[in-house]
Amino acid sequence: MKQVYERPRSLKPAHFHYCPGCGHGIIGRLIAEVIDEMDLREKAICVAPAGCGMLVYNYFDIDTLESAHGRGAAVATGIKRVRPGNLVFSYQGDGDLAAIGTAEGFHAANRGEPITIIFVNNGVYGMTGGQMAPTTLSEQVTTTTPSGRNTVTAGHPVRICEVFAVLDGTAYLERVAVNKPAAIVKAKKAITKAFKVQLNGKGFSLVEILSPCPTNWKMSPIESCRWIDDVMAKQFPLGVVKDAT
Amino acid sequence: MLKGSIRIDQERCKGCALCIEFCPKKAISLSGTLNLKGYFIASFKDGGECTGCATCAVMCPEVAIEVFKN
Repeated sequence: MKQVYERPRSLKPAHFHYCPGCGHGIIGRLIAEVIDEMDLREKAICVAPAGCGMLVYNYFDIDTLESAHGRGAAVATGIKRVRPGNLVFSYQGDGDLAAIGTAEGFHAANRGEPITIIFVNNGVYGMTGGQMAPTTLSEQVTTTTPSGRNTVTAGHPVRICEVFAVLDGTAYLERVAVNKPAAIVKAKKAITKAFKVQLNGKGFSLVEILSPCPTNWKMSPIESCRWIDDVMAKQFPLGVVKDAT
Repeated sequence: MLKGSIRIDQERCKGCALCIEFCPKKAISLSGTLNLKGYFIASFKDGGECTGCATCAVMCPEVAIEVFKN
């Protein structure tokens, strides 16, 4: 009997704290698998965010640094400049990167810092109870937009990949999802490519991952996966947004 | 003899049912057993067919499933 699927070595034995059906667990596992496959365990340095993803340092068996809320890209810039031979990536949610950390992420991208951002987009502030985030879809109901996001008063969903795509410093930007097996395989390929872009010195890379948040979307995990295809991917189109490599 | 088999870590499972939904052979179901966290856990069906395709493990957000092929 041959084992065809086992726990990645870059994941500690700790149990995830995420809610049932949360995409963070899938994304964390994909990153750990890519680190294993590229043999980067001694080279990779993760910058953890504030938000649901905060506790990744309990899960990744690699060096991890916790940054202040939203400052992941700035902290990753510092680490990368001091240790240019290491793989440096930040793991950030939409509250972290698209709201409080917009300045740090945007300018790191504009400077073309050779870092990677793994951007987990679930369209809400997950950890604080599902309030509207900049990435919340128009008409989406959240605890702070009980009758749906009104784009006249609350603005439009921020498409980070497209915003960063106009910056000359960015090398590789792709939007993927983790709502079905085929999409997860694609997401893993995107993470692998983003890490390669960094290691080959091509510049800034970012992978935006549409991730289910069943608790705050008030849906079952399976409904959440379908909702990503039926609704979310219409406003956040999947695919490579920029590949200047 | 089955082509493959899976092992579900009962204490990691949170009963999200994604493995059940995406198993191409519909060989997994939610059991009536509670784990220590208080979730009804997924389990392999008696008489279910497993090909060892690992789709369940790819979907599992808790990394609770190991897959074997004969």
